[in-house]
Amino acid sequence: MYWNQSIECMPAGELKKLQYKSLKSLVNNLYSFNAFYHAKMKDANVHPDDITSLDDITKLPFMNKSDLRDNYPTKMFTAPRKDVVRYHVSSGTTGKPTLVGYTKNDIDLWTESLARALTSIGIGDGDIMQVSYGYGLFTGGLGLHYGAEKVGATVLPASTGSTERQLELMMDLDVTAIACTPSYLVHMGDVAKKMGIDLRKDTKLRKAVLGAEPWSDNMRRHIENELGVQAYDIYGTSELSGPMFTECEEKNGIHIWGDTAIVEIIDPETGESLEPGQEGELVMTVLKKEAMPMIRYRIKDLTSVIDEECACGRTSPRIRRITGRSDDMLIIRGINVFPSQVEHTLMQIPELCGQYMIHVDRIGALDYMTVQVEMRPEAFSDKVDDMLKLKKHISSELKRYLNIAVEVELAAPNSLPRFEGKAKRVADRRKM
Amino acid sequence: MSKYKIKQLSIFINNEPGRLAQIAAALKECNINMKAFNIAESSGFGVFRAIVEEPDRAFAELSKKGIVVKETDVIAIPMIDRPGGLLEVAKTIGNANINIEYGYAYSNKGVAAFFFRVDDTDAAIERLLSSGTKVLTEKDI
Repeated sequence: MYWNQSIECMPAGELKKLQYKSLKSLVNNLYSFNAFYHAKMKDANVHPDDITSLDDITKLPFMNKSDLRDNYPTKMFTAPRKDVVRYHVSSGTTGKPTLVGYTKNDIDLWTESLARALTSIGIGDGDIMQVSYGYGLFTGGLGLHYGAEKVGATVLPASTGSTERQLELMMDLDVTAIACTPSYLVHMGDVAKKMGIDLRKDTKLRKAVLGAEPWSDNMRRHIENELGVQAYDIYGTSELSGPMFTECEEKNGIHIWGDTAIVEIIDPETGESLEPGQEGELVMTVLKKEAMPMIRYRIKDLTSVIDEECACGRTSPRIRRITGRSDDMLIIRGINVFPSQVEHTLMQIPELCGQYMIHVDRIGALDYMTVQVEMRPEAFSDKVDDMLKLKKHISSELKRYLNIAVEVELAAPNSLPRFEGKAKRVADRRKM
Repeated sequence: MSKYKIKQLSIFINNEPGRLAQIAAALKECNINMKAFNIAESSGFGVFRAIVEEPDRAFAELSKKGIVVKETDVIAIPMIDRPGGLLEVAKTIGNANINIEYGYAYSNKGVAAFFFRVDDTDAAIERLLSSGTKVLTEKDI
């Protein structure tokens, strides 16, 4: 089953021609009409006329998350405000968040991408899909919601939390598919067990679309064996629009629709392009975005390209499961956290001296982040109450900036490790 | 008035095994003799508080070791070492309309005392003295 067979199965040569045409017109447009991209291309000494083949994409400058931060909130937008129909917000690397915007066409493009993806894993008309990604500023909830509606599924917009209630609804409404983080599904399985629910027998759940955090094939086997569902990897970031691409039923790489995006893999150190099969940093160009085009955006996820036709018949390039990051971003319960955000927040608190450690653990299926912070000597009080107040204040500041609950541990002055050279302030003890 | 103020040293204890032993070792190395101490534990940390001999020297030597010590004044009043002793002390403090932040006791050399921390030490001492309560000095303990 295909959603858009002529595009999804387009012969490779034709697809490349289409990509070149789209790239060329995108670059022409941005160079002529957008100050940010014009300046960026001038700086890189490249003119639209220099783009004479698809491979010439490597002449174009990279974009980084810092471009979004420096142009916060809307300086990078290429559509007039009245044409922007939605915003989403994700975490930035320091105090400022990253804002992305969408025109009506951008939302349609995103939805079309997910409609193809969901169809490729056999989710469609007769399905009842529970969307247990967060709804709101995060792209996951609304993205999957629109995609699932598009393919004709019935959507249960469960969002996150209230796991017992989610399980009851899953049973009562004969939910057949779920979209959530892999760790949340494992957690749901644990809670179901405690409630005496057997997901295989007591529910109709058969398919799970899992992503927004790193996971492994081991975890897939565990989920499939324990919960009796087929588990598929989904990929995306808010800069691309949101979750956009999934594996097909072959479970052999994530299809990146060629008419939508161009995939490159580079050496994170040198920026040089790498060959298919070689692992490096994922760089994406989204070809038809109107509000916020992305050219050669360095996502910083590590993966490789599979450049052979998939058994499903789709010709689009595929990427392998993400194996890690080329920067220090952490993903905690589906939320992106940069250590620099933690540092930025702690620096605003006068009682602290700036020394800290981040510990990440997986307890059961869920991730926990503990931040150890060192007090200034003057901040220490013999009254436990004062200390608890300080601790609570730090927790709420971190929660405000990071959007996740963080356990704070106060540490005595001079007690945390000091580093010579590069500081190692993150201890990630999770096993995926 | 200041002779009625007893100096207490406090040290923050991180939430990890062996921390208290480290502090105890430092106390030993600095040859500090404790008259009374208590440990307040809370979620993820503790506060060690002690009444020691030669508090100024102890403070200086611990600080030299890089241990952050806080000096606070507490008040000591005598306590009778028999059932009902605490009740009498608590009544006295209550009648003087003083709110205790925290307190602990010791008994030694035939003297039992209740040490407690209040927000306004001077006012509390004055109220206790004017109500005829005996307030102990450094020398008494």
